[in-house]
Amino acid sequence: MPAVSKGDGMRGLAVFISDIRNCKSKEAEIKRINKELANIRSKFKGDKALDGYSKKKYVCKLLFIFLLGHDIDFGHMEAVNLLSSNKYTEKQIGYLFISVLVNSNSELIRLINNAIKNDLSSRNPTFMCLALHCIANVGSREMAEAFASEIPRILVAGDTMDSVKQSAALCLLRLYKTSPDLVLMGEWTSRVVHLLNDQHMGVVTAAISLITCLSQKNPDEFKTCVSLAVSRLSRIVSSASTDLQDYTYYFVPAPWLSCKLLRLLQCYPPPEDGAVKGRLVECLETILNKAQEPPKSKKVQHSNAKNAILFEAISLIIHYDSEPNLLVRACNQLGQFLQHRETNLRYLALESMCTLASSEFSHEAVKTHIETVINALKTERDVSVRQRAADLLYAMCDRSNAKQIVAEMLSYLETADYSIREEMVLKVAILAEKYAVDYSWYVDTILNLIRIAGDYVSEEVWYRVIQIVINRDDVQGYAAKTVFEALQAPACHENMVKVGGYILGEFGNLIAGDPRSSPLVQFNLLHSKFHLCSVPTRALLLSAYIKFINLFPETKATIQEVLRCDSQIRNSDVELQQRAVEYLKLSSIASTDVLATVLEEMPPFPERESSILAKLKKKKGPGAVSVTELEDSKREGGELNGGGDRGQDTATMAASNASTPSPSADLLGIRSTAPLGAAPASAGSLLVDVFSEAGPTAPSAAVNDDGFLRFVCKNNGVLFENQLLQIGIKSEYRQNLGRMYLFYGNKTSVQFASFTTTVSCPGELQSQLNVQTKPVEPLVEGGAQIQQVLNIECLTDFSDAPLLNIKFRYGGALQNLTLKLPVTINKFFQPTEMTSHDFFQRWKQLSQPQQEAQKIFKANNSMDTEVLKAKLLGLGTALLDNVDPNPENYVCAGVIQTKSQQVGCLLRLEPNAQAQVQHTDSPERVSHNYSSIPNFLHYLSPYSVNI
Amino acid sequence: MSSYNAFSLFLRMLSATHSFLSSSFMLLFSRQGKLRLQKWYVPLCDKEKKKITRELVQTVLARKPKMCSFLEWRDLKIVYKRYASLYFCCAIEDQDNELITLEIIHRYVELLDKYFGSVCELDIIFNFEKAYFILDEFLLGGEAQETSKKNVLKAIEQADLLQESGGIDEEELEE
Repeated sequence: MPAVSKGDGMRGLAVFISDIRNCKSKEAEIKRINKELANIRSKFKGDKALDGYSKKKYVCKLLFIFLLGHDIDFGHMEAVNLLSSNKYTEKQIGYLFISVLVNSNSELIRLINNAIKNDLSSRNPTFMCLALHCIANVGSREMAEAFASEIPRILVAGDTMDSVKQSAALCLLRLYKTSPDLVLMGEWTSRVVHLLNDQHMGVVTAAISLITCLSQKNPDEFKTCVSLAVSRLSRIVSSASTDLQDYTYYFVPAPWLSCKLLRLLQCYPPPEDGAVKGRLVECLETILNKAQEPPKSKKVQHSNAKNAILFEAISLIIHYDSEPNLLVRACNQLGQFLQHRETNLRYLALESMCTLASSEFSHEAVKTHIETVINALKTERDVSVRQRAADLLYAMCDRSNAKQIVAEMLSYLETADYSIREEMVLKVAILAEKYAVDYSWYVDTILNLIRIAGDYVSEEVWYRVIQIVINRDDVQGYAAKTVFEALQAPACHENMVKVGGYILGEFGNLIAGDPRSSPLVQFNLLHSKFHLCSVPTRALLLSAYIKFINLFPETKATIQEVLRCDSQIRNSDVELQQRAVEYLKLSSIASTDVLATVLEEMPPFPERESSILAKLKKKKGPGAVSVTELEDSKREGGELNGGGDRGQDTATMAASNASTPSPSADLLGIRSTAPLGAAPASAGSLLVDVFSEAGPTAPSAAVNDDGFLRFVCKNNGVLFENQLLQIGIKSEYRQNLGRMYLFYGNKTSVQFASFTTTVSCPGELQSQLNVQTKPVEPLVEGGAQIQQVLNIECLTDFSDAPLLNIKFRYGGALQNLTLKLPVTINKFFQPTEMTSHDFFQRWKQLSQPQQEAQKIFKANNSMDTEVLKAKLLGLGTALLDNVDPNPENYVCAGVIQTKSQQVGCLLRLEPNAQAQVQHTDSPERVSHNYSSIPNFLHYLSPYSVNI
Repeated sequence: MSSYNAFSLFLRMLSATHSFLSSSFMLLFSRQGKLRLQKWYVPLCDKEKKKITRELVQTVLARKPKMCSFLEWRDLKIVYKRYASLYFCCAIEDQDNELITLEIIHRYVELLDKYFGSVCELDIIFNFEKAYFILDEFLLGGEAQETSKKNVLKAIEQADLLQESGGIDEEELEE
């Protein structure tokens, strides 16, 4: 038993706590607690009415049990009863219980609010304070509803005791934070602001928190607080250390209030009134001067309080960012702290200097401390301090010191704590890119990153280096040479193999002249890493190999040999197998010209903000950035016609796409490896900048039309999927002919029997569309996929779609399924380029009603330019730039090819952003009466805009 | 409410309302990791409170002496200080002042010390309700309400005077 038993110690409680402490095991403790709970329950339920003291004691025991971490599901009512006790301690315990164990039981809340109301109107200051504390502790919406209008009155009333005012101010603040809509200051505003002038320092200290929060939200209404705050601050700063009596803390006058005043001022720009501003600058100078004075006490509390004010003053100076003199003084002061023996001060100085580094006035001054900061990075024993040093190096980096800082960060990375490596890698990558004067340095830096911390080099980083190398031809040869050398290392990181494979595949020819890096040497080097790599990397390497065949015909035989071997062509991984098969075939049947077209050098990537930056931002602050990144990847996904399907980048598809310099054209690149290697979860961050990636891999199309509509603007993807069966589509169209590959995948482990598929053209479609196919094998083994080829010929314009009927037996039950095949009239579009003059001339010619269709529809999603463009291209038309005088509008032209006729189509899409409406004013003008166009527009509207 | 929702809500609240020089919560725990006092200034469900406590106690206890008293943890800054066998730990927001928070902790320790007369962990265990009352007088809603030691203690002592001298309850002898 402890000696202390202040006030009325509750002996029963002390005994119980002792018992618990004496328990030797968790089990014993639980047993003791259960015994106590049973006892309390029986007391509460018992016939004998409990006196206030017992009630208080039991409620207190329950509270203790709860704070030990056990659940308490009774006793609330008894606690509420205590609230209305006349005895202070009973009331106090009741309030404590309610504050800790809030219960949303509405009946109880009514009772609690009643008790609070009584205490608030009791005029007994101690009772009032208890009630206010309870409101502040609970801070629920119900309480805000009940008391938000009452408390401002108490706060400003002339006869309210100081201690009650203090509680009222903070209570109101808490309610304002939870329910700002219920706390209306209105008429009270000026009286609340004037609390800054209150005689009682405690009242000012409490009120200023409220005023600061309110000022943040309603700066104009509260702006009179600025001059009041300045004069209050000035009085404190200039007071002798003893003036403020008990508000002086270790010889520092009112440190808490000073900090709060300085913080309040950070809600506003510098004061406009010259006198006020002068006074404030004087205060700030005094604070900076005091930092140079010898300490009045050796106690750490003294220096902490003093420096707390100093740091807050520096924050204000940085916030104003307008007083070069003060900024430089602040920087010098922080520079002293960088070498202080107190770890806390070094930490804060590094942190605060980070913000100073971004001010133009102090950036140079911050840079003078570079050696100290580098030293901190090397020698600080506490990882959180080293982290701050790394942050500061990042912040102070510019073109003049980038090489030094990047080198230091790189060397620090070798021993850096695991927890901060990823962030360090991102920072190095960003600095290297941002301040690269010669890109060979950039390439060296990133390769070093991979060498030193390969595991922490995220996809964004190595995508970015590839993107930059591709976009800058002055560095390509150097990059090829450097990766080639890096790959010589007996053990190199898989990310190095990826970069190496990609870069040699694209630019290996630039170093092939040197016999030490001849094509075969390059190939053998890459292939020596193959077996150590994961599937996505292997897939990438296979793409590099086919590029090699194109770049270096002399490697063809060797590479074909490799592709042909069982471990490739019969690889159990479907992606690898498919690549091996297709590349082998491509290399043997395609002519050199075709091969060269298909495997043409990657077109430059559009310049965008680095996704690495986005990633860093995301790491720093969740929320904002991740959303944009997601949108980004969403936009990237599901775009352009050919791009869609994962991993099904056959050579033929590549051929049809290679001429389009769009991100999705890089079929043989890493685009298709990424979705394979990365789980769907990471899709958000995948290939954000660099490549387009397939949208979500076809959510199962329960409604068949759904799957159908998704294909209006694309040719590949999953048409249908349920638990048993997946149907994938690849299709290509030329002139009025089309070829569609249907892939039926058995998702179960059981054989499908009597598998038959029929394609039919209902009604008049029969005479409009000619579809031919061969029957498929009647058996589909579990896990297997079979393929069916449809040849399609468009005879004349049509509006219906052919139907695909599938029947099979699965485990005895007959499955029957009919789907619309996504063959739409726009598939037979040939894009047509034309000038603005031609376009509008033709447009005007097409003025008869049957030559024109117009539709206004609501955009289902945001009208993102890139998405819309992608959709319109996907439609098959040519997107004409600089044709429409209004740059907001999209103008397209194309010719629909049918066997009987060719029909020119012009299309104009007028987005109306305000109304989120796509107004397709005369969207289709056709040169002949063309009945299916309105129908086709119907496709356009719900789906094409619905990305 | 699932704990995940509760926590994301918590983070949203923290980022939405910029409180000033205020704590989001305060924890007192022993070197053995036993929680002695917890005060939450943001609404959280019990499960989330327990999770935060567990994580934070582990993190702080793992730190070596001489290390800096501040650390970044989730979206918050943690300011902690050890007094004898007890760790005092405050969570504040990004914009808040670490050093003044350190002195908030110290002032609270001084208040406890003055009230109990050289306070020890046992005082706080056996008189936990007093520790809460003192804290409420000093900090309300996470903000400093009264920083004068004299005024806080006066308020507490006045309250103590209000209580009648409690007679010995017969029941107590049996329990």
